Amino acid sequence: MFAGYDFDVIQRSWVYLFRDGMTFTLTLTALAMLGGIFFGTLLAMMRLSSFRILSMVAGGYVNLMRSLPLVLVIFWFFFLVPYIYGWIAGNGRPIPIGAFYSALITFTMFEAAYYCEIMRAGIQSIARGQVWAGYALGLNYWQTMGRIVLPQAFRNMLPVLLTQTIVLFQDTSLVYVISATDFLGAAAKVANRDYRLVEMYTFVAVVYFVISFGLSSLVKNLQARIAIIR
Amino acid sequence: MNYNWDWGIFLAAEPGGTGTYLKYLVVGLGWTLATALAAWVIALLLGSVIGTLRTTPYKWVVRLGNGYVEIFRNVPLIVQMFLWFFVMPELLPAALGDRIKQMPPPWGSYIPAVLCLGLFTSIRVAEQVKAGIQALSRGQGMAGTALGLTLAQTYRFVLLPMAFRIILPPLTSEFMNVIKNSSIALTIGLLELTGRARAMQEFSFKVFEAFAAATVIYLLTNLLVVYGMRALEKKVRVPGLISASPTAGGH
Repeated sequence: MFAGYDFDVIQRSWVYLFRDGMTFTLTLTALAMLGGIFFGTLLAMMRLSSFRILSMVAGGYVNLMRSLPLVLVIFWFFFLVPYIYGWIAGNGRPIPIGAFYSALITFTMFEAAYYCEIMRAGIQSIARGQVWAGYALGLNYWQTMGRIVLPQAFRNMLPVLLTQTIVLFQDTSLVYVISATDFLGAAAKVANRDYRLVEMYTFVAVVYFVISFGLSSLVKNLQARIAIIR
Repeated sequence: MNYNWDWGIFLAAEPGGTGTYLKYLVVGLGWTLATALAAWVIALLLGSVIGTLRTTPYKWVVRLGNGYVEIFRNVPLIVQMFLWFFVMPELLPAALGDRIKQMPPPWGSYIPAVLCLGLFTSIRVAEQVKAGIQALSRGQGMAGTALGLTLAQTYRFVLLPMAFRIILPPLTSEFMNVIKNSSIALTIGLLELTGRARAMQEFSFKVFEAFAAATVIYLLTNLLVVYGMRALEKKVRVPGLISASPTAGGH
């Protein structure tokens, strides 16, 4: 099965693959995770808000994102963001922002919808009495959320948030459709240049497998360690 | 924003000569559904078998099932797509590999896409089936044994019919995931809905009309699936469970 396999192409290109490709992938994953959790938490607070308008807007946004394929959303933002940027900058013409920032905005906004559902479950897992206790102590909404509810919600949901981040890490490979040079994109470029598709794509699969499998094992360990014994 | 909207574009002819852009997109939806449904059949069959095997008392069978799940879960779907499309024909015996590579479009991308999506989704179905079986009380399996059923009969007549009804709602969302994930097949050249919206944008330069149309079509498809599955849930619900009582829950 491995007869005629040209391992040399991997040896020749791995510096490029990891220095350019994997750096792009990991930076995108990390920043989109932070942004996604931040906006996702805000969305979750909006969804649980007693102001109907806020909860309807957040609910509509989350449901819209969750019903569309990620590839379509990537295309949407890839073309839409330059228009919005041009509009904000005030010169009326679309301004190109490059594949990385386009991807970063896309994944932040898309994953926010998924992180929102996780944080919503996390917030809802906190006993209502704790919120009342906060208000009884004279804390306002932001203090109650920031000091009582959210820290516990994060802790309860940490394994799920990290698992979603592993999904995000895998999903970033879809930036291939806007020709960005992430890990897969870099490998595809080498594969097509040297006509070594079999070797490169198997190598990519193995690398993704090792990283994702390693991370999910870590998450499993963490889950066992931080479980709160009730 | 300075963008010239032109909704009339959908009635203009697409350059391939098959009719209007509207028809072009609707045929794309047809390919999306054809891919998703075929993959769903594979996923249901394979996923049920693997999910069931992972609950059996045979340790090495469980381990094999777990390994299968880990492999398909930890590689991005687009990479799996490339493996099926570019790599698989090379690893097969030369004659068979060449025949696969020479399949006329769209079958050359359709078949790898269906296999890829089917296997990828089968692990998610397997997880649900396993969860569904484990959600049943232990007594049900014991009752099967007490009645003199073999292990296979216990699964066939006692455990699986209950488990499948329990997991119908999560299976609905998995089915919607297959529909959404089928858009990744555009990377191996299958012109399904998203691929056609992208192609329309390239032909006509009408970016936002094309993607807006695809968005609306996806949303309508989702609605249809949700209503269809709700009707099915109602039909097969288990009498006596909370979900079956007419007064329970409004949402």
